[in-house]
This record gives sequence, structure tokens and C-alpha cells, in this order.
Amino acid sequence: QYLCAKHEERRVRANDREYNEKFQYASNCIMTSKYNIVTFLPVNLFEQFQEVANTYFLFLLILQLIPQISSLSWFTTIVPLALVLSITAVKDATDDYFRHKSDNQVNNRQSQVLIRGSLQNEKWMNVRVGDIIKLENNQFVAADLLLLSSSEPHGLCYIETAELDGESNMKVRQSVSVTSALGDPNNLALFDGEVVCEPPNNKLDRFCGTLYWRDKKYTLTNQNMLLRGCVLRNTEACYGLVIFAGPDTKLMQNSGRTKFKRTSIDRLMNTLVLWIFGFLVCMGVILAVGNAVWEREVGSLFQSYLPWDPPVDNFLFSAFLSFWSYVIILNTVVPISLYVSVEVIRLGHSYFINWDQQMFCSQCNTPAEARTTTLNEELGQVEYIFSDKTGTLTQNIMSFNKCSINGKTYGTDPLDFTPFNPLADPNFCFYDDTLLESVKVGDTHTHKFFRLLSLCHTVMSEEKSEGELFYKAQSPDEGALVTAARNFGFVFRSRTPGTITTTEMGRPVTYTLLAILDFNNIRKRMSVIVRNPEGRICLYCKGADTVLLERLHPCNQELMNITSDHLNEYAADGLRTLALAYRDLSEDEWEAWSESHRCADKAASCREDRLAAAYEQIEQDMMLLGATAIEDKLQEGVPETIAVLSLANIKIWVLTGDKQETAVNIGYSCKMLTDDMTEVFIISGHTVQSVRQELGSVCLSLSLFSLQCPPPSPPPPPSNLMDNISGEFALVINGHSLAHALEADMETEFVSTACACKAVICCRVTPLQKAQVVELIKKHKKAVTLAIGDGANDVSMIKSAHIGVGISGQEGIQAVLASDYSFSQFRFLQRLLLVHGRWSYLRMCRFLCYFFYKNFAFTMVHFWFGFFCGFSAQTVYDQYFITLYNIVYTSLPVLAMGIFDQDVPDQRSLEYPKLYEPGQLNLLFNKREFFICIAQGIYTSVVLFFVPCAVLSNATQSTGVPLADYQTFAVTTATTLVIVVSVQIALDTGFWTVINHVFVWGSLGLYFTIMFALHSQTLFKIFPNQFHFVGSAQSTLLQPVVWLTIALATAICIVPVLAFRFLKVDLKPQLSDTVRHTQLVRQKKRKPVGRSVGGAWRGVGRVSEGRLGTRGSRRSGYAFAHQEGFGELITSGKNMRLSSLALANFASRHSSSWIDTLRRKKHSHAHTPPSASGESSPPLYRLPLLFLAGE
Amino acid sequence: MMASSYNAKEEDGHNSGASNNGGAGVVKSKKPDNTAFKQQRLPAWQPILTAGTVLPAFFVIGLIFIPIGIGLFVSSNNIKEFEIDYTGVDINNPCYNCAKNFSWNSTTPCVCSVPFTLEQPFESNVFMYYGLSNFYQNHRRYVKSRDDSQLNGDQSALKNPSKECEPYRTSEGQPIAPCGAIANSLFNDTLELYHIDSNGTRNTIPLVKKGIAWWTDKHVKFRNPGGNNNLTVAFQGTSKPVNWRKPVYELDPSDPENNGFINEDFIVWMRTAALPTFRKLYRIIQKKSSTTPTLPSGKYLLEITYNYPVLSFDGRKRMILSTISWMGGKNPFLGIAYITVGSICFFLGVVLLIIHHKYDTRNNSPDIPN
Repeated sequence: QYLCAKHEERRVRANDREYNEKFQYASNCIMTSKYNIVTFLPVNLFEQFQEVANTYFLFLLILQLIPQISSLSWFTTIVPLALVLSITAVKDATDDYFRHKSDNQVNNRQSQVLIRGSLQNEKWMNVRVGDIIKLENNQFVAADLLLLSSSEPHGLCYIETAELDGESNMKVRQSVSVTSALGDPNNLALFDGEVVCEPPNNKLDRFCGTLYWRDKKYTLTNQNMLLRGCVLRNTEACYGLVIFAGPDTKLMQNSGRTKFKRTSIDRLMNTLVLWIFGFLVCMGVILAVGNAVWEREVGSLFQSYLPWDPPVDNFLFSAFLSFWSYVIILNTVVPISLYVSVEVIRLGHSYFINWDQQMFCSQCNTPAEARTTTLNEELGQVEYIFSDKTGTLTQNIMSFNKCSINGKTYGTDPLDFTPFNPLADPNFCFYDDTLLESVKVGDTHTHKFFRLLSLCHTVMSEEKSEGELFYKAQSPDEGALVTAARNFGFVFRSRTPGTITTTEMGRPVTYTLLAILDFNNIRKRMSVIVRNPEGRICLYCKGADTVLLERLHPCNQELMNITSDHLNEYAADGLRTLALAYRDLSEDEWEAWSESHRCADKAASCREDRLAAAYEQIEQDMMLLGATAIEDKLQEGVPETIAVLSLANIKIWVLTGDKQETAVNIGYSCKMLTDDMTEVFIISGHTVQSVRQELGSVCLSLSLFSLQCPPPSPPPPPSNLMDNISGEFALVINGHSLAHALEADMETEFVSTACACKAVICCRVTPLQKAQVVELIKKHKKAVTLAIGDGANDVSMIKSAHIGVGISGQEGIQAVLASDYSFSQFRFLQRLLLVHGRWSYLRMCRFLCYFFYKNFAFTMVHFWFGFFCGFSAQTVYDQYFITLYNIVYTSLPVLAMGIFDQDVPDQRSLEYPKLYEPGQLNLLFNKREFFICIAQGIYTSVVLFFVPCAVLSNATQSTGVPLADYQTFAVTTATTLVIVVSVQIALDTGFWTVINHVFVWGSLGLYFTIMFALHSQTLFKIFPNQFHFVGSAQSTLLQPVVWLTIALATAICIVPVLAFRFLKVDLKPQLSDTVRHTQLVRQKKRKPVGRSVGGAWRGVGRVSEGRLGTRGSRRSGYAFAHQEGFGELITSGKNMRLSSLALANFASRHSSSWIDTLRRKKHSHAHTPPSASGESSPPLYRLPLLFLAGE
Repeated sequence: MMASSYNAKEEDGHNSGASNNGGAGVVKSKKPDNTAFKQQRLPAWQPILTAGTVLPAFFVIGLIFIPIGIGLFVSSNNIKEFEIDYTGVDINNPCYNCAKNFSWNSTTPCVCSVPFTLEQPFESNVFMYYGLSNFYQNHRRYVKSRDDSQLNGDQSALKNPSKECEPYRTSEGQPIAPCGAIANSLFNDTLELYHIDSNGTRNTIPLVKKGIAWWTDKHVKFRNPGGNNNLTVAFQGTSKPVNWRKPVYELDPSDPENNGFINEDFIVWMRTAALPTFRKLYRIIQKKSSTTPTLPSGKYLLEITYNYPVLSFDGRKRMILSTISWMGGKNPFLGIAYITVGSICFFLGVVLLIIHHKYDTRNNSPDIPN
């Protein structure tokens, strides 16, 4: 880890700009913008032409400039191309403008730089590597700095890294001890140390370098660095040496482009476009062969009237040219507007998501946000949801909900504390005033109960002004307990290493803190030993009931039974429980134990075990006080959402870092796990063999139910066998087992087993594993996955899933920044998927079907005409019509359909989650549907060509002038085409808003208006060479025969479609058709739609009500986080001010080291057999206290 | 990138809406507007394909199309049309010799006469067409081989025709007027029609050559350079098309108003056909009195001045006589097509009705059975 690349290193000398300039390090000026005014056009165009589609159209444009090939005027391509390019350019320019603005804002921030011994204000962009900067509280760090000194003792300072890694808690940084003494600017100005360190990189959590100063070497680590993007907190000021500036900073190195996600429709579309190109080439070849034959048989003889163009001397060359000519003409099967339209539609859908009021959270004032505009339709195809637990399913808020004191249970009605206790926390709620009464009355047990809660904890307090208390707790449930005590009159005020000060019923009391017997995962309890002002010593203990009840004094038997009943009751409600007990200690007992404790503490070997034994010794014969029940508050609507989503056939996996009991508990409370389930499998093996064995047995019992008996373990049963298993199963797997299950030889077995289960909970997983699980499903199931989470630990999963959703909650913004969609409540997910996703998918599919149809109908007419015009690549339509067909005449109605169409209203799609299934099965747009559209398009083109052909060839005007001239034919065909595709879109549109009406009728109107304008005498008089069609519109459309032709062709095109659709709806109605139909029936019958929402719900409600019996799996939910407490920190008393802040730091360091440990563990597993350490793995949970102890 | 907002981390264990409570008045609500548009609640018409709407539609289409078809068919049948092929492929054909011995250089025109008999009298105005087959007027290179500016009387285009006209742009160093392949291949057979009465005498039937072109073509699209007076001067410095025998300003010696670019035969030819087999209006035989038919039944003679070779590319030349009705010339296809489509619609309607009644799976309750 501390290996620095020697050959590439960075040298920085403090206060020596000349020296540092030699290396030409990047300045602190950042540039995220891509263009400036001069480079915009060339660079942007260059970028745009890297898109295959744009290059293709450019290629067509060049083809069109060759006169022998050009079958169309140059503008038929350049107008759409220019339109597309300019739209994109405008978008890029606006984006870049905002980047310029934010760059400017950042670059012009002021910072204080130490120049020649004095502090001067400088803009950020003028800060150089090697400068010394002074930072003040709440300032952003301007560059990556080496912390030299700070206003705090020991050269410590606190930073918040939310911008960097999304963790909103504070972290501690400490300077190297020799520099921390350089307190004031004068000393720092003389500092001339030289730093040699690694070159710029993007690793946020590591730095290695060496400081050379006064002939001594000092090792530098990440602990000494302040990274750009952090904010200095709770520190008056500090000084730092700029090591990396501007683009070299870790922040900028990390802001690489995120992986571009594509939807499956996108991929399908690209495949189809390739196929269409293939089709285009085939058509070209057929027509070129036709041309060769024609030129040989007819054209060569016809030369007296139509000689070959000079370069053409034989029919083969003519055929070659004709191939390219036809490529130009037929290119409209893949019009450039396809890509633009798709983008526009997606943008529209994204705006609808942003605008949705029902996805707006009024408490946190956050609307939903579609951060990517390219994934919307994939929201309608999700099959797997991977969810984080804390902060996503739960609010990460613990509320003290119920308690049992001395055999009496409390907790039903809401309470107002303020008249009783001015120090009460206004946000605390409790529902029982009998408890308050008993506190007021002075019931000893109740008082003891709350006294215990106010003393036995490791919470830090901060009192900014009198009465304004803030608690910093290591785990939220501990905070909830202390707050409960506070509200009931036992207020924890402050602590020192040796004392705890509380206010008991308005009276300040100071206890001497004798010992903290800290929590750990094996002990599952914590105790404090305090001496009260009267001098009596007492041990207060709280812990998991299973552990604590064993250690009670025998006289508690009766109370224990009652309390156990209460505990069962609480656990059945999904509450997290703790039992509380105390023990009065005599002075002698204390002295004796204290001695043995000291002994154990100093032991060089097996300190842990010996300490545990010492703790065990004193935590005996305790008196039971009662029990608490804490609610791990679920987010609003979580069980309902999960129920709806699973009805929509979406599988939900919970991936959490929490321990198994908590995870299972939450699984039950959010109805992922139910008592109706056939079996809940738990895999928690530590070795490859045990995991394999457990998986095998799960497989076996699954196959027993499926009655298809695949052999257990190797060879793993094929997944399709496992899919159709009756009965509901759930799988709970531990992180350490998962590490084995994810290995190559077991992963297929794991996937098939897990996918056969209705619910899967992976607990104690690392962020890396979360991503691995997502990748696994992506790889094996070819299904669309969605990951939802709120914390920095979810980022990897969010990034690797097809769709990442960030909950914009309390845990920083990292998850949101990495996500594609963000909102603030888990329950919005059902609306996002079932309403917006479903609609988006439906609209996109309908759009694509129609789009391909209309272009085939339009283009293939040329193919048929080829057989009648000597394969000469003569177009059927006027060139202006070809130019405008896709961008004006037919673009808006289909866009309106693509943006506004709805098959069923939103509340109905929530009511019938099964409506979501077509998306998952990819039914609405796939290769089959595509071929149907194409076939329909080709059929239409046949009708469009041959009907006018047959009618007009003999027809004459009423003046006797034949109608079979080219221009009349062109106008008739074009008009028929526009009318047919308009009728078709009218059939396809299921939701006619005003906008649809305006666009459909408007497009038709526009067609006639533009046609008459283009065929007008005025335009012809100005440009006689450009408007050959003068008078055609008028003379054609005045003929009744033409209108009869149009009507005939339209009927022939539409009637079969209509009949087919009617039959489909009538005989094989889809669920959406039925829902639509019932909607109509309802409207007709004018029935109140009162009972709409909840049709599908009744079943769920029944389950929840019916669930009263308790199960062992839910029983032992106890209220503690799985980390060790802060007992050691508090008693060490190193820096009390630090401690309150460092608390937060522990959590984050913990999580990062956790990953490392697990990674190491995973690698080492191959060689060393893991210790059989019961159900916890201690190396994972040892706190890194080293940096505090150091120096 | 660097959002500078900082929200104090909320205290654990407390459900404090601190960020909101503090500055509720200041913080602007980001709640989206509650408009029908933004909430996707725009009032909308949601048509559904039901038996109640689709089946009547089929019947209605059937009931509309069938009568129209019958009407079209009847009126098309009432139209009289006579067609005669005078290409001269067959050795028995009077024009066989002309066709065989054609050469571009011959100065004496070859004349042939084709006798024919009209079985029925042609009432009202009769339109005389010439028809060409296998003649690719719709070929891309042919279609574009013209200069509309020149034809519109533009002086500069007259002297410097568009490149599109190649290889018929210049001849002997002089610009061709009118340039291009279309003009060059102008149909130049002369057709004359004689009625042979019972005595065997030939009576010339007067053929009107005015009003055979589109109005816009005649009055807008085609104009002579420098007005209509003294075309010889106006066209000075230009050369006639290679295949032509006379320059453009001498196309119609009988009528000085019908010369130059506004010659109607020329205009008709310049309006290219959509298909390789086509007919173009040649002359109109106007009705003289209300009592006698325009062309009584009997024997006729068609006299052709055979100038236009088509045999080289296997083309055919026809002369067509036709009357017209309100919907134009004889056109049996349209009527039959209408009757067919109408019947199919009606039939489909019946079939769908039966299927609907037999296999209807839809219930009309407002709830969906599970």
C-alpha cells in the first residue's frame, strides 16, 4: 500500500515558486468547459461528426454533390442535417456556457496566500503549487493541501467531505507534528520543506509522500491531506501547502465521465438500424441489377432520345452509379430525424418526471429529478430492484416507541412534554401519559429506568446555549434512548472522562464515571459503573434480551416472565428491543473488580478475551428494570410500495450493510418476508464448503417443491427449472457467504437459487459486493436492473445497474450525483416505474413502430417506381416534399403521441400492477413487432404506388388533358401518403389531447398550405429553375378522380389494419385493453370511481393483519448498531472536544476499512482457513483508533 | 460541481425538519406547478376499438364505396374510346414502309394512311390523343434535362442554358433553344383525320389545337423571350434542337401566336409522363351542332406524316379518340376497385360481426375479474 512509484514523483518546495515552476505543474485554474468562442464551431462539429449517424448523412451529402449520382437535390439532406446539428450545437453551447460560468465562479474565489511573509488575497486560479494557504472555518479547500498547522491542539482540523465522497459527517485531519508547531505566518513564511510524493491520481483515500525538512524525513499519508472540495469545519483556521492544484487535484481527477448508459431499446434500435442499412443495400443492389439489365436491353436502344451521360460508357458503370443514386433516395428509411425525435421524446418524459407533484416530497422540498434523459423507457422494463436498507427503506430514524417498566407496558397516546419539562426535545413523540404520570409521581422503578438510559450510553452532548442540547450518538437507536430519558426528565447534559452530568427532574446531578463496559457484537450489551453523589456505586446495563436475561438475579423470575411477554409483543410489532438491568455494587466488590479489570486491560496477550472475561464477571446477578422498544422507522409507504412492485413481477433484493437480525426484521416489517412464506433460507457459512453445502440444501428443498428433482449441487440445475417453482421462498445471505457464492464456480448455482426465491436479502455486504451482485444478475438473467440507495456505499451499485436511483436524503449527495433518477422517498419508486416508466416504454414503442412504418411507406414507393422508370433513381415525389416529409409533415403528430400518449390513466396502472408486465417481457417493441411495422409500411407503399398508377394511367381531366403526367402523379401519391399516415397516427394515438389534435390537423393543414405555396406562381416567377411544380397542386387537387384515388388508397391501406386491430382487441385483449374498456364502461355507467385504488391491495392488508404469531427469526431484534461503542475513547479522555466530532469520523473510516478488510479477506481465503469465530468476524469491527493514539 | 450549500447534519435519533423549519419563509418551494399539462392530466379523448364503433364503420365504408363504384363504372362504360396503333411493326400495316425506311436526314416526309371504322357515333367533344409505349419520359436523366428558366423566357438562360441540358446544350457553338433531351425528342408526327362518307369522298375533320395544354403551363411556365413579337429576332444566336427540322419559332406556321416556347404541342410534350406508356392530348374535335354527332359512325382515314421513329427501342405509337364524362376519360379500374373494396368492407363487417358474437370474451362490467 505504501509503495510509491519511484520513477514518477512530484517534488514541491514550500514558498519557492521559482523552484516549483521548473516542473510546470498545472495551475489552480480549472477548466471543465470544452469550448471557447473560437473553437466552438470546429470542435463541436468534429465531435458531432464522430456520431456514426451524422457521418453517414455527411457521406450522403457528398454523394449528392456528384452530378451523375445525385438523384436528389443537395438540400434534401442538408436541411435535416443542419437542423439536427444546430439543435445539438445549441444544447452543447448552453451546457458549456453554464460550465464556463461555474468555472469562473470557482476560479475567482478568494483565498489567502502567504506571499513573502504576509497573507494576501488571491484568486483561486492564481494559487500555485508550493504556496502556503490559510483556510478559515467553513471555507472550501482551494487545492489539495498538505496540512501544516491549525488553530486546534495537536494540529488537528475537521473537514466535511460531502462534495468529495458524499459522506456528510466530519473527518479529522492532523498535521505532521513538526509542522504543527509553526503556528503563525512568520514561521510559516520561513518554512522551506520539500515534499516528494506520488503523481496526481484519483484515489481519494490514499496519499503517500515524504516531507524533507531540516535534513529529516517525515512520512506523509492521507491523514495529513486536505483535499479540494472539502470544507473546513469547527476549526478556526489552518495552513496548508499546495501539493496538487487545479486539474491535478483528486477531485478533478475523479470527475471523469461516468459510464454512458444505453437502454435496451437503444441497443435494439441500433441493431435494427443496421438491419435497415443492410436492407437498403439489398434494395440498392436489386435496383442496380435492374438498371444494368434495363440499360442493356432498353436504355442502349433508347439512346437516340436519351444518350448516356459522358462518363457512362456501358451498362455496368451505369448500374454502379445507379446503386449510389438509390442509396441516396432510399436513405429516408433511416431518417436523421429518428435520433433527434427519440431525444426529444425522452426529454419530454424526463420533464414529466421532474414535474410530477406526486413525486414531490413537501417535507424536504425536493421534487423528483431525472438526472439522465436517456433511460426513461427502460424504467418500464425493470425486473430486478436492488435496494439499500438504511435511509432507503428505513428513515434511519429510531423512535422510542414503547417500554416496559417493572412489568408494566407503556406506549399508546401522544404526549406533550413542554409543560412538564422545558428541556424536552420538541421532535420527540411518545404515546402514553401514564408513563409521564408515573415519572411525576416519582415511581422508583421508572426513575431508575430513565436514569439508566441517561447514564448508560456513549453519547456525546453539545450545548450551544442553555437548553439547546445536541446529542451525537454512535448509533441512532442509542440517541433515541438518551433522548427519551431527556424528555422524561432525566437529561444528559455533559460528560468528562470521569464524570457524567445530568439534570434529574430539574436537579443537576454529577455522577462519577468509574468504568464503561463497552458494547461489542459478542457481548451484545453495554454497562457503565457510576458512583452517584451520595457515593453509592451502581452498574447499569442494557443489552439484548437473550444475553441480559441470563444474567439476572434469580429473584427476578416473575418480572422476567412478564417482561419477556412484553418483549415478544414488541418484537412482533417489528420493534427493536433492549432489556435494561442494574446492579448495586458495594465498595469492596468494585475495588476487587477494578483490580482485575486493570490487570486485564494491561495484559499484553489476549487482551480482548481477558477484558471480556472481566466484564462477564461483574455483569451478574443484575436486577431487571424493564425493556425498551425502538421503532426503526420505515419510510412512508414502503410495505405498500414493495407489495405493488412485487405484484408487478419485479423482484426486490435488499442489499444492506446491516446485520442479519436487523435486515430480517426490516424484511418482515416491510412485507418482503411474510409468515405465509413456505420457507426462509438463511445462508451464513464462512467457508467455501459450508456455503456450497447450504446452497445445495436450499436447492434440494426448492426442487422438492418444484417436484422436478434436479440433482443437488453439481451440476447446478438450469435456471429455467428453478423458475417455475410453486410456493414462496426467501433467501437471506450474509456478506461473508456471499463472497464465496459470487465466485465463478458457484455463481450460477447462486443465481438460479436466488432467483427462484421471491425475496432475497443480502446483509453485511460491502459496496463492492453490492455492485457484484448487480453485475451477476445483469450477466446471468439479461434482465433490466434498478439499484436504489442513498449513501456513498450505494454508489458502486447505482453505477453498475442499468438504472440507478438516488434517494436524496440525509446521507450526502454522492448517491444522487451518481444516480440517473433521484427523489426523496422510496415509495415514489412505484410511481416512477409503474406510471412514468410504463408510459415511457409504451410511448417509445408506439413511436418507434409508427416511425419505421411511416418511413417505409414513404420510401418504398421509390423502389416500386424504379421498375417503371428504367431504374434511373427518379424520385416519385417533389424534392421539397422529400425534404419536408420527415421534419415538417409527419414529425409533430408522432412526437405528440410519443410524449403524451397514455393507454390507461396513472391510478389504474398502480391499481393493476400486472400492466407492467409487457415491458418486462419486451412485448411492445421487439424484432417481431418491427417486422410487422415494416411489412405494414411496405404494404402501404405498394398501395400508394400501384393504386394511383392504375387509376391515373388512363384517367384524364375533365378538359381531356391526361392525368398521367409525372407531376400530377407525384402530387397525388404524396397527398395520399400524408393522408394515410395521418389516419394511421390517428388510429395509433390512444390519448387525444388538444395538442394531438392541433398537431395532427395542423400537419395536414401545413402540408396543403406549403404545397400550394411551393406550387404557386409567385415563387415560380422568382426562381423559375427551382419550382418546377408550378400549378400542379391546383390542377391536380381540383380533379375528382384524384380525390377518389386518395380515398380508395386510404381505404385499402387502413381497412385491413382496422380489422386486424379490432380482432386482436376483441379476441385476445391485453390487460391494458381490458382496463381501458372497463374505464369506458365505468364512464358510461357513471359509476363513482371511489373504490379505485386498492383493488389489488386487499390481499396485502389481510396478510399484515393476520400476522400476529411470533417467529424466532424476528424475535431477537435488539437495538444496537453492530459497531463497537466509544467507551475507550471517552475514558481515554484524550481530547473531549475532538471526540464529539470524531464520532462521525468513526463511522466513515469504519466503512472504508471495512471494504479493505473484506477485500483482503476474500483474497486470503484461498490460502488460510478462516477462524471459526461464531457469528461475527472481529477483524471487521475493530475500530481504527490508532490515529488518535499516535503522537 | 461545487454546490456550496451546506446543511448541518441532522441529529441522529431526531426527526428534525431543521432545514425546513428554519427558513420556511425564505426557502422557495420547489413544488412543481399543478397544471393539467405538467401533471399529464390534460383532458383527452380516448377512442377505443369496440364492436360498436368498428363494425358500423365497415358497413358505412361498404355502403358508401359500392354506389360510388357503380356510378363510376357506369359512367366509364358510357365513354366511347377508339384506339389505333400505327407504328408499323406489322408488314400489313400501312405505315410499315415509313417505319422501315426512316432516316433522320430525309427531306421528304413519309406519309401513310390508316383507314378505320367507328362502329358507334361519338357524341359531344371528341379528344384526339397520341400514345407512346415503352418511351421512358420518366427517366431521371430525361426528366431533368431541361431548363425551366430558358423556357420561361429568361434571356441569359436562353444564351447560356443550364448544364442539366447536356448533351443537348449547345450545337455548333450555339446554345440550343429549347435545350435538353425532352425538347430534343419532341413528338413531331402530324396526324390528320378524314371522314369518308358513303360516296367515298374524304372530308377533313377540323382539329382544334388550342386548349390542349395546362393553363399555368401556357400562361405562366412557358414564355417566349422578349414577348411574342418577332420571335426570329428573339431567338437569334440560338440553334434548333438537333432532331428538329424547324426552329422553335416556326413550329406552327399557321398561327403566329402558337410559336416559340408557347407552342401548345411543345408544352404538352414538355409535361413529362409518369409512366413509360402514356398518351398526350393532340387535338380536340369540337361538337358542331346539337343534332349531329361529332363523329358519326362510319369509315375514317387517319393520315400520318411519319417523322418520329420508335421502332429502334421497340416503342409503339397510337392514336386515340375518346369522349369524356364528368370524371374524365374511360377508366374502368376505378369503378371496379371501388365496388371491390366496398364489398370487401361489407363482407368484413359481416364476418367480424359473426366472430364478435361467437367469440366475444369481453364482459361489460366495470371491474376486471381476476
